[in-house]
Amino acid sequence: MTAQEIVDILKQRFPAAVADAAVEGLHPCVAVTPEAWHDVALFLRDDPRVAMNMLRCISGVDLHPEAEIDLFYELIAMRAPGGTARQEPRPPPSADIWQNGGTIAIRVRLPRDNPHVRSVADVWPTADWHEREAFDLLGVTFDGHPDPRRILCPDDWIGHPLRKDYEFPKEYDSIPAAAAGAASSE
Amino acid sequence: MSDTDIHSQREAPPGTAPAAARELRTEEMLVNMGPQHPSTHGVLRLMLRTDGELILEAIPHIGYLHRCAEKIGENVTPVQFVPMTDRLDYLTGMNNNHGFSLAVEKLCGLEVPERGHYIRVIMCELNRIASHLVSFGCYGMDIGAFTPFLYGFREREYILDLFEATCGARLTYNYLTIGGASLDLPEGFVERLAWFLDYFEPKIDEYNNLLSFNYIFIKRTANVGVISAADALAYGLTGPCLRGSGVKWDLRRCVPYEIYDRFEFDIPVGVPGGNAGIPPEVVVGDSWSRYYVRMLEMKQSVRILRQCLKQLAGGEFRAKVPRTLKLPAGEVYLEVEGVRGQLGFLVVGENKPIPRRVKIRGPSFCNLCIVPHVCRQVLLADVPAIVGSIDVVMGEVDR
Repeated sequence: MTAQEIVDILKQRFPAAVADAAVEGLHPCVAVTPEAWHDVALFLRDDPRVAMNMLRCISGVDLHPEAEIDLFYELIAMRAPGGTARQEPRPPPSADIWQNGGTIAIRVRLPRDNPHVRSVADVWPTADWHEREAFDLLGVTFDGHPDPRRILCPDDWIGHPLRKDYEFPKEYDSIPAAAAGAASSE
Repeated sequence: MSDTDIHSQREAPPGTAPAAARELRTEEMLVNMGPQHPSTHGVLRLMLRTDGELILEAIPHIGYLHRCAEKIGENVTPVQFVPMTDRLDYLTGMNNNHGFSLAVEKLCGLEVPERGHYIRVIMCELNRIASHLVSFGCYGMDIGAFTPFLYGFREREYILDLFEATCGARLTYNYLTIGGASLDLPEGFVERLAWFLDYFEPKIDEYNNLLSFNYIFIKRTANVGVISAADALAYGLTGPCLRGSGVKWDLRRCVPYEIYDRFEFDIPVGVPGGNAGIPPEVVVGDSWSRYYVRMLEMKQSVRILRQCLKQLAGGEFRAKVPRTLKLPAGEVYLEVEGVRGQLGFLVVGENKPIPRRVKIRGPSFCNLCIVPHVCRQVLLADVPAIVGSIDVVMGEVDR
């Protein structure tokens, strides 16, 4: 299934929430409003035509100085031989190779001050850690996340390092930073 | 726990009072496994909530090796970032160099010369063998077998020697770079590699006799930490962990990149016990299957390498890359079949030599997130067997 077909199905089902598709180009991508994202995610996973059964990655991109943050959800449909991806995979899928049933990236654009979006950890359990990482490094809050903690930085870390206006700390826990401020971004 | 716990199922020795034993006050205990623990492969810390020998809950704590590589990526040019990718999964530097270079080339529309493609595949497959050898050796050690470790490292040494002759480094290569490879293959490389392949291939059977089909090893790993195919997909597992669950999915075949469509190879997957020499205790998706997929993959890598040597073309090994490479506006997301799973890079350019964003999808990070789900109601001694079979490298988990 091509990215264009996926976008057409989405536009038909969610005319208000889906816009701004860029299916040509290097990174076939469709924009979804944050309010509708959880419903769209459930649809993408459960609709037998699309059946995006694996969430590969969630990447947050800070668009500073613009006041927005982009989240890219990379999805792929892995199709069991002779069936749809949603089917319970049967024991020994002997000689058959699974097929690529199509890939698409979903872009969710959030305001930079107070970015909020519903968690999809209940749709794809792997989102749990990816969302914790996006919260830790970019400060995006995922509503309804089962375990909303930092994941890579220590719990008492201040700030979100991948923000473009992040200020490098001069010390942490009274350990001085060797080259404080030397590498700060503009 | 109630009367039905594992202690009460034990037959009481004569002369003891089982009823009295049951009245003993028991309580849950928190065990801190790691970050300095030999079987956590680096600095993984697992908080284990235990009831006697039984694990009720395992909570991974990661981040001990966090260097924010992604922030470094936003402050240097892609060519300068290639050495940083070596330090993600430090056992598979070549594959990391390769994945990042491919992503940048796709964004900039660069073409790699023919010989460059072959050099890349040779290095990636060699590194896959080297990494699986470490995984094989260390997994044996996790289970309590010391010998395989020495054998695995003995063979890996030949590969590291080849790498050293090629680029001077044994672990962090910075060899495959934007546009191809940074140097040509050294003189005599092809002959040395051909010798190594002949030497190495029969050794895999030796290892299988030594460890894979060892009775104790099978008892420790078969039917332990079973991950169903549905769970593996939902938790985003890739690589040998996904294939161990019986899903025949390999990016080299399913979403071909580089020149992998020119080679013949099979995709090994976990199969139920009793089939074709597989021990009867084995269940698809258990620790033994994940381990054994790696053993079979080494054979397939040897196959690919032999075909590479036959087809290896002459000519340029690196495309002409401008000294200051401007990344066009737009983003690209590309995944390659790394050693531990699908290694992805998202690179966002903005008409400057420095990218706006570099995001790394570390396969170990995604594979590790299934640990709390699998390490539930298992025995304490099974935890190293499960975590070891997932084969994480913390440099990539923490980035």
